[in-house]
Amino acid sequence: MTTISQVFTKGIIAENPVFRLLLGLCPVLAVTMTAINGFGMGIAALFVLLCSNIVVSLIRGVVPPRVRIPAFILIIATFVTIVDLVLNAFAPGLHEALGIFIPLIVVNCMIMGRAEAFARKNTVGRSIVDALGMGIGFTLALTVLGIVREILGMGTAFGVDITGAAFEPMALFASPPGAFIALGILLLVFNLIIKRLGFE
Amino acid sequence: MELNLAAIIFVAILANNILLHQFLGVCPYMGVTKRIETSVGMGMAVIFVMTIAAIITWVIYNFLLVPFDLGYLRTIAFILVISSLVQLVEIVLKKTNPTLFRALGIYLPLITTNCAILGVAILNVQADHNIIQTIVYGIAAAIGFTIALVIMAGIRERLDLVNMSSMLQGAGVTLITAGLISMAFMGFSGIMTL
Repeated sequence: MTTISQVFTKGIIAENPVFRLLLGLCPVLAVTMTAINGFGMGIAALFVLLCSNIVVSLIRGVVPPRVRIPAFILIIATFVTIVDLVLNAFAPGLHEALGIFIPLIVVNCMIMGRAEAFARKNTVGRSIVDALGMGIGFTLALTVLGIVREILGMGTAFGVDITGAAFEPMALFASPPGAFIALGILLLVFNLIIKRLGFE
Repeated sequence: MELNLAAIIFVAILANNILLHQFLGVCPYMGVTKRIETSVGMGMAVIFVMTIAAIITWVIYNFLLVPFDLGYLRTIAFILVISSLVQLVEIVLKKTNPTLFRALGIYLPLITTNCAILGVAILNVQADHNIIQTIVYGIAAAIGFTIALVIMAGIRERLDLVNMSSMLQGAGVTLITAGLISMAFMGFSGIMTL
């Protein structure tokens, strides 16, 4: 049995959903043009993951195993709709920027994966910790990628100019190909760090 | 939005390729592109399901959700329709066309979590496509997806033979390759975009 702190930290480093497991890559690539969008997407996914993990864990003895997948999908879709409506009401700018990728949180393999692999077999408390760890790992990855792309592509981070006028922004990193390339290089860096720290 | 069909086809397959430009369906892109045969199989399954899903979700949205003012249930309704559709297609194919079923079989369940299917359904509704445009866009987007998949599989079969750093192997180099392919496809957006 893993301890509660292991459940929390594994989502951030050893089993980081983006850098290690490569789950839910569509929003990772699509919305990280700026750091703030990446962070917003991460928080939205974190909220859905947290709520779905809690509910899935609560109903774990009730739902027959045979229909569990449709049940999970329904639970996740409900919370995604809530996030969609709330963002539209209170953060219309972010809602506009994330666009189609808010409803697409439904098919984010990370959330389904945690429901299937963790929440349906564990207590509510442990599921909450698991969701927080995974969600923070996901948010962290999106924010880091967002910062890298924003600095290289526009010379700013979170909208603040940090490189000065001498730096010529590389428009490539603000465009779709740049997303693939930046994430590929970040994976390389993350793998190197993991190896140095001995998490392997 | 009035668009002629040729423009929809060109933009969906090349200029705004669903995978390389809009980032829908990246998970199967990483998962099933190790061999050309598997990527062709996945591509065919996606063309099949995406076209049917685009039509059915369009009908449900325009004849069920809109008249009853239930637009906000779009996400829930679409994902339920798509996942039950995949199951249904599986059952029907098994009975009526066992050859096709054997060819597509293992890829069908994977499609439920393919965000490209849900993405195209939502894009169709957002763009106010009529039924003809919906069908054309569904097929064209799926063909664009298949092309991207097969190109990547071809390159990855060669990459297997290359001696490279173990840190970059697998996902890292696949993503960087995808970036380069995406750059090539971006050239088409100089001709026409939406």
